[in-house]
Amino acid sequence: MSQTVPLSVPPQPGPWAVELVGIDKRFGPVHANKAVSLRIRAGSIHGLVGENGAGKSTLMSILYGFYQADEGQILVNGAEVRIREPKDAIALGIGMVHQHFMLVEEFTVLENLMLGAEGGALLKDGIRKARAEVERLEKAYRLDVPLDAKVADLNVGIQQRVEILKALYRGAQVLILDEPTAVLSPPEVQDLFRILDALRAQGRTILMITHKLKEIMAITDAVSVLRQGAVVASFHTQDTNEAALAEAMVGRRANPAVRRPGAPAGAPLLTVEDLSIFDERGVERLKRATFRVRAGEIVGVAGVAGNGQSELLEALSGMTPFQRGRVHVNGRDVTPESPMDPAQARRQGIAHVPEDRLRRAVVKPFPAFQNALLGYQDDPAMADGPRLNWKRVAAATARLMEDWDVRPRQPSLRTSLFSGGNQQKLVLGREMERDPNVLLVGQPTRGVDIGAIEFIHRRLLAMRDAGKAILLVSAELEEIMALSDRILVMCDGAITGELAAEDATEGLIGRLMAGITDDMEHGSRADAAGGAA
Amino acid sequence: MSASTNSDGLPRWATLALLPAINLGAALVVSSLVILAIGQDPLSALAFMVKGAVGSGTGLSYTLYYATSLIFTGLAVAIANHAGLFNIGGEGQAYVGGLGTGLVCLALSGWPWYTVLPVAVLAGALFGAVWGLIPGYLQAYRGSHIVITTIMFNFLASALMVYLLGGPLIEHGQMAPESREFAESTFLPAVKEIAAGLGYRTSTLPLNLSLLLALLCAAGVWFLIWHTRWGFQMRTVGANEAAARYAGINARTTIVVAMAISGALAGLVGINELQGVQHRITLNFQAGMGFTGIAVALMGRGHPVGIVLSSLLFGALYQGGAELSFEYNEISPRLVVVIQGVVILFSGALEHMFRPALVRLLKPKAAASAAGQRA
Repeated sequence: MSQTVPLSVPPQPGPWAVELVGIDKRFGPVHANKAVSLRIRAGSIHGLVGENGAGKSTLMSILYGFYQADEGQILVNGAEVRIREPKDAIALGIGMVHQHFMLVEEFTVLENLMLGAEGGALLKDGIRKARAEVERLEKAYRLDVPLDAKVADLNVGIQQRVEILKALYRGAQVLILDEPTAVLSPPEVQDLFRILDALRAQGRTILMITHKLKEIMAITDAVSVLRQGAVVASFHTQDTNEAALAEAMVGRRANPAVRRPGAPAGAPLLTVEDLSIFDERGVERLKRATFRVRAGEIVGVAGVAGNGQSELLEALSGMTPFQRGRVHVNGRDVTPESPMDPAQARRQGIAHVPEDRLRRAVVKPFPAFQNALLGYQDDPAMADGPRLNWKRVAAATARLMEDWDVRPRQPSLRTSLFSGGNQQKLVLGREMERDPNVLLVGQPTRGVDIGAIEFIHRRLLAMRDAGKAILLVSAELEEIMALSDRILVMCDGAITGELAAEDATEGLIGRLMAGITDDMEHGSRADAAGGAA
Repeated sequence: MSASTNSDGLPRWATLALLPAINLGAALVVSSLVILAIGQDPLSALAFMVKGAVGSGTGLSYTLYYATSLIFTGLAVAIANHAGLFNIGGEGQAYVGGLGTGLVCLALSGWPWYTVLPVAVLAGALFGAVWGLIPGYLQAYRGSHIVITTIMFNFLASALMVYLLGGPLIEHGQMAPESREFAESTFLPAVKEIAAGLGYRTSTLPLNLSLLLALLCAAGVWFLIWHTRWGFQMRTVGANEAAARYAGINARTTIVVAMAISGALAGLVGINELQGVQHRITLNFQAGMGFTGIAVALMGRGHPVGIVLSSLLFGALYQGGAELSFEYNEISPRLVVVIQGVVILFSGALEHMFRPALVRLLKPKAAASAAGQRA
């Protein structure tokens, strides 16, 4: 993702495609947008960055008609417009690709594209016209999408292209992308950027929300920074750099946590031998994983998403049974014959921060304090007999929020009203405050802003220094390299290599992620290396 | 963005009190139009209905008697709902639960009611629990959808009772498909006896001691759902099964237990109907209370306080409606069903219809008290 992509010539100063003037929006006591003014040139890619809760999504939701601004004007192509609902936005040529796709999984791509634009009571004519038009768009923008495949069968990168195509098919001249790369693997990011480049070359305007400053530098023409609801800086991308953007976002210079070598690691706290998981079709998803995590070390697991890392976390946390091998933890042997469920895993001192926190680690409609108990509801300290003592739980949650800087500090606020980064801090706090011996953590900083990333990294290192064992799975290579004492690399369900932190380079890890190991030398090494680059 | 949440910033009091009142008002307006259409004066008809339901000791007694059964079935639907299960088998669970209660009352002839009651409650709860537990088990372990199985179990209950009351349990030498009458000592004290004990004389009224049992159950359900570990686990299973698994909660046993408790609550209808009033096991004694319990739970928003209140409303509708069709020759009992249906429609199925308008109306206030944002 760090590679640059071919950029087209920066656009000549042209007319403004979209102008937001003095947009103000409050949600009760929260002032989400404070007199925000933003102008986006037609035919440019404009980045929008800011911490979680800075007001980026609110601003885009106002532009797309999900919310209405309390004050302010929106101008499209120089004319003032009123956008009351997404339909108005679509009519004005504004399209949006959400972070979580809005596709009907059981429909084919073409059917999804036609949704809401069927073109008549009978489908036949509409389908013919749609197919012709979509094929033209596909060619123009090199969007390679199988029109007759079922969406459920496509990977996320292709699904995202379907979303882009859908917006284009509806005549979008302005495309809003909400964290488009959050779900993509590095090669998919490259493909996306190629597509965005082609769109820009054809004069379309793109507004992109992201957390990743490298992507801003790589693809955008201009960038605006939001902090606490206000635009604090706007740059031509060529006039700025990552450090300056990060500083504008957090209001101070960010110091990324850098791994300090810890004390020599101690006794193994987690031993995994020959561990395999087969899915319901009998495919081996995790292949004979063998490794140890010792007291006082962080072991990072690198790999392109979907190469067995998720299965590994699920097996070790007791959420998925495994079919072969042995796990030894805290004096207990776990085997396929004597499995361990998540409750038992917690009792063995294993804490788990799952990769998919929104789906698994919290129940969104519950107030925050109830989620602070989730998984530890058996703790006798939080109950009087059968009665849960919610007062005590809420008090403990208030302390947790203070410790982990969860904002706002309201234990009884509904969890879904916290931003993603604050939900993540709540989950990490819940799991780490229990003082587990082994921490399994997946994507600890996905969708989390820079300030919080720094904070979370420092906490993980502090836990390591306190003599705990941490297994870290992350799609961010930088994160793995910044924190890990040892790095395991996975490819196609197998561990393809183990590196000490000192020996690890991006190139070496990249090759192992592509499955190139020394005993494969005779194979098509050059091809595979080319594919991984 | 979901309509069932407060993310639109509607204050709590409006959600809990104003919106239901508006819905009820709308239902009354539509009902008035229907009454007008058949040439009657809606105001006097509705006034008569209200008077019939709560205007006299007798009317109130009937209203509370209906409400008692509805509290049981409303709680039953609500607790299953918190576990993410739509139990529409309250009708069958009440029916079979009543069988348990009835068999105890038949068997314990001559025992005083206060010794019979605990056994009858246990038996009713147990029979109802079994009738709820089987669909729960099939859902949890076999993937059979609870809606389908509970509907089928309603039919099974009906067939079973017709067989029992037409054969093994029928009173010797009688034509009516009913059991023999329970011994008088086992009758639950009705309001008449209680009033007599206090020195008042009343006519025979159906309201009986089981109302207190229903209120106790409501308090118990409230405690169970929101203040126990098991209730927390059950709500987690209902809201997010993946998170429940992550939290080490066994969703399957939780589902089975929730359905057993749900069935047990519905099974207590027989205490009110059989031990309290009819004093024998009769055909269809539960008379749709299980189904109306769905509307009661919906309108009460799954909260025991709301369920008690909406039970009172539906009890009043039953009683007021019965009085109305008695008094007005032109208003058939079917029209009363229409009025009840309109109330269910507006307060159940269309409960959020007026919400957006209300949000716009209360906007300045709503904005000031909403708590969060989605940035």
